[in-house]
Amino acid sequence: MPGFKAGIFMNHKKSKNFTAGAVLTGVMLLFVLAGAVWTPYDPEAMDKTAKLAGVSLSHLMGCDNFGRDIFSRVLKGSGTTLLVAAGTVGIGTVCGIFIGALTGYFGGLVDEVFMRINDVLFAFPSVLLGLVVISLLGSGNFNVVIALGIAFVPSFARIVRGEFIRCKNMDYVRSARLAGAGHLRVMFVHILPNITTVLLSSVMIGFNNAVLAEAGMSYLGIGTQPPHASLGRMLSDAQTYLFSSPGYALFPGLALIWMVLGFSLLAEGLKEN
Amino acid sequence: MKYFLKKTAGLLATLLAVSFLVFAAFAVIPGDPATAMLGTEATPARVEALREELGLNAPLLVRYLRWIGDFLRGDFGNSYRYNMSVMSMIGDKLPVTLTLTAISFVLIVVISIPLGVACARYAGGMLDHAIVVANQIIMAVPAFFSGILITLVFGLILHLFVPGGYVSWQQDRLAFLGYMIFPSIAIALPKSAMAVKLLRTSILSEMKLDYVRTAYSRGNGTRAVLYRHVLRNALIPVITFLGMALADMVAGSIIVEQVFNIPGLGRILLTSISNRDYPVVQAIIVCIAFLVIAVNFLVDLLYKAVDPRITLD
Repeated sequence: MPGFKAGIFMNHKKSKNFTAGAVLTGVMLLFVLAGAVWTPYDPEAMDKTAKLAGVSLSHLMGCDNFGRDIFSRVLKGSGTTLLVAAGTVGIGTVCGIFIGALTGYFGGLVDEVFMRINDVLFAFPSVLLGLVVISLLGSGNFNVVIALGIAFVPSFARIVRGEFIRCKNMDYVRSARLAGAGHLRVMFVHILPNITTVLLSSVMIGFNNAVLAEAGMSYLGIGTQPPHASLGRMLSDAQTYLFSSPGYALFPGLALIWMVLGFSLLAEGLKEN
Repeated sequence: MKYFLKKTAGLLATLLAVSFLVFAAFAVIPGDPATAMLGTEATPARVEALREELGLNAPLLVRYLRWIGDFLRGDFGNSYRYNMSVMSMIGDKLPVTLTLTAISFVLIVVISIPLGVACARYAGGMLDHAIVVANQIIMAVPAFFSGILITLVFGLILHLFVPGGYVSWQQDRLAFLGYMIFPSIAIALPKSAMAVKLLRTSILSEMKLDYVRTAYSRGNGTRAVLYRHVLRNALIPVITFLGMALADMVAGSIIVEQVFNIPGLGRILLTSISNRDYPVVQAIIVCIAFLVIAVNFLVDLLYKAVDPRITLD
């Protein structure tokens, strides 16, 4: 069974995933940071003479239906997407760690109740959960961060809880308790640093999902409001002009794929190491 | 049997809890439906009368019991915005979204299981490498962008379908299915990639176990070991994934419906959200939640069919 043996000896591939992810994410971050300071054109400035202009040296990705430079808008839009994703993952991680740590460490009835609710929320698609929260709070970027953040808590809580259950009876935890450390200290000073590898890879998966969710929401017209740039919104606007200027849809889409691919490869690499 | 009963009891408890959570979430939001229906110019007396008529003055628990009772009898209440019942608004939209999800689901199973097995069987080979790389990329493409690409390539360039030219089931069944296959592909692509990857990893790790060596030592060929012994065990994580993916796909179809201009649950959900038409939003969300929970329940039962060793912890 040569095929299966070869499958076991594929370890050398692992670091490749991480390197590829780091390069993609690094380049993306450079562009986004540069875009935050300087873009070739004002991303919201309209130019009647350049409506739906094709790719050229002056407009690297062409122009949209209002004559706005697509490259500048992709830069700004990627920044927005990344910010929303960061906020989402931030809320998800902090609340997830808190809930997961408490329920996993102490167990008991609270754990039982929390996990029942969590199971349902976990099974519920995050975009849909986000839409529910949006329908309660109203649209806008800030609300999207809160909505998606809430939607991301269950998956983090579940991972952290599992790790805490695995660690709570280990020798180092017991000796810390014997040395007189309180529960909170054991949880956050002793156990938490030991689960960072697992956490880091789920944070990357979180970024991956958050970028996709944000793009989906802004494609639906929730989140970033015009005239501000966002990748999802650009894709939805570009659909009308898909045949005449496919670049309008392709470039924001490729930027999105680039971003997601970078995060997913990073997560992959971290998980394997 | 005990397993089944226990699971069913759990299912009912979860259904009640979820419907109550959704109901409570919509009950505590600021903004009074009676004021919303009558407009800001209405006199307080009229608002009060309408509140009484809608039953809004009763305590939360009483209102919930009334609502869930009606809901279970198929009465989803009335829209705040349009003078019609929620049932008549979503009744003919739900099958459209479900069809879309069902076609995508079948596509995922049909694509991913043979590919996953092939990958694992020839692991380390050219085919495997190609599929692993392709998988990683496909997973990064959001379903609505695949939808746009499919529209561009198959609709606008190859003219295999008319973008935006949705035909309903009642008008022409064949044309309906012919149109629905394209959005289904868009929804199925990323999920299939994930399923292939999962199945591949799962088979490879099963192949290292002792029972596989035993099976080989009894003179079985790779083919027999793979299909008769390994696949059954390796499918368990894939079934879990597919169960969870089904819920995600319902949500995914809400977005992809917009790309292909399909009048399903997605459009009505979005317009209801922007109109703050809560009874409609609430009914759709609870329907989807029930669907999700029911699927999870089926997945649990399926586990037991695939692996009789599984019991309730």
